[in-house]
Amino acid sequence: MTEKEVAIIGVGISKFGELWDRSLRSLIAEVGIKAVKDAEVQPDDIEALFGGNMSAGQFVKQEHVAALAMDQSALTPKPAMRVESACASGGQALRAAYMSIKSGMHDIVLAGGAEKMTDVLSSTTQEALATAADQEWEAFYGVTFPGLYALIARLHMERYGTTRGQLAQVAVKNHYNGARNPSAQFRKEINKENVLNSTLVADPLRLFDCSPITDGAAAVIMASKEKAKELVSDPIWVTGSGAGTDALALHDRKDICMMKSTKEAARQAYKQTNKKPEDIDLAEVHDCFTINEIIALEDLGFCEKGEGGRFTEEERTALDGELPINTSGGLKSKGHPVGATGIAQAVELVEQLRDNAGDRQIKNAETALAHNVGGSGGSCTVHILER
Amino acid sequence: MSVARFWREQPARYNLWGTECRECGKIHFPPREVCPECQSTKLDKEQLGKDGEIVTYTVIRVAPEGFEKQVPYVIAVIEMKGGPRLTAQIVDAKPEDIEMGKKVKAVFRRINEDGKSGAIYYGYKFKLAE
Repeated sequence: MTEKEVAIIGVGISKFGELWDRSLRSLIAEVGIKAVKDAEVQPDDIEALFGGNMSAGQFVKQEHVAALAMDQSALTPKPAMRVESACASGGQALRAAYMSIKSGMHDIVLAGGAEKMTDVLSSTTQEALATAADQEWEAFYGVTFPGLYALIARLHMERYGTTRGQLAQVAVKNHYNGARNPSAQFRKEINKENVLNSTLVADPLRLFDCSPITDGAAAVIMASKEKAKELVSDPIWVTGSGAGTDALALHDRKDICMMKSTKEAARQAYKQTNKKPEDIDLAEVHDCFTINEIIALEDLGFCEKGEGGRFTEEERTALDGELPINTSGGLKSKGHPVGATGIAQAVELVEQLRDNAGDRQIKNAETALAHNVGGSGGSCTVHILER
Repeated sequence: MSVARFWREQPARYNLWGTECRECGKIHFPPREVCPECQSTKLDKEQLGKDGEIVTYTVIRVAPEGFEKQVPYVIAVIEMKGGPRLTAQIVDAKPEDIEMGKKVKAVFRRINEDGKSGAIYYGYKFKLAE
């Protein structure tokens, strides 16, 4: 029997996109206010904040953003902590908040994530993102982030027969879902030809294989069992929280087509919940590039190694498939404000488990999984949520 | 990149110096303090040869700052003799001539520079061996 000790009792998410009229601090305050309202708690009930943010220092030249978040959300003098793990910063913030309740330290906390990426030139954004790679031994030689995932994609195609069309199918599916999500950056369906005719970025990956540059924020209110039962009628339980790491540089991985960090994080989360991959009803996985959704399907145990492309092509991961993946639109269509992504994944799963997901609702979902990757796989978190 | 930051990595960048584990024999590049294979801290300096093989590759079409004039250029993961892997450009070859498994040889080339009057950074790139 799964332990139901930590719950999400409120969620908030901003519009994702190029939000030129919004600042980092206004996005943070917006989602905090929304989550507090949704949980029907008082601001004073929040005992601490855990904030995921990859690189406000590079994107808006502002560090010390956890204190800023408390300031702007009128939550001072309560404690706040920023959590950084590149694109998995949000997932790690969720985990830090989870641990703070599980340990007995706190009863009600806020886990948030935010990133403001469009205040600088896109070349600067790309450079900032590339700092998640090994600066001395990867970036120095001219490899980009799409380049790293292209190195994975090429090998996966060669070794397992994964096709260009299967990669494109990931983007087509995620745009179909994102078109049904009001928060998504791109609410537009696309077809395979759109993907296959888009600009080459790093062979074999094209523009439509890549998640966009996004501004956005998300927050959840988490509570202990006692508080959750007292405050809300529909708590969503975080029953598993796993995290793992791997070599920072892609070339140092034992197997370039497999993420050890994902495997380890998933192993922990499955063990804690006493669940298997086949018990998962839907999942949000880290599709920063189309190839990464395919690899995630394999490393999370949803299909055999090398089968992720075919699993996708057979539409088993579609909204009406046996295992809907990225019902929110994923990073590809919903957008990828890096530090917010891990929290936004949790927000989507809570909406699904509350039967609150509108046109993209999955029927009778009981158990859901969120998978958040940092860099090219150097870190990863996996969370399991249940009704 | 600051000059000091580049300078201290010169032995690895210029001459492919790494480390070899005295306990398990694993060769690492660049040099490490702890062997990732057996966690031993007894490591000796070890120079890699110049020969390697392409594990996987891509052609960069959208380049980071300082590399814009080189596009399209090939980036590969290369496995050196003895096992360590690294990421580097493959030069003097057309993208269509690159294949996984092809043998490559390290060459000494200009990598990047700090603007028009800043330091020039050199290091390894690779050429097809045949």
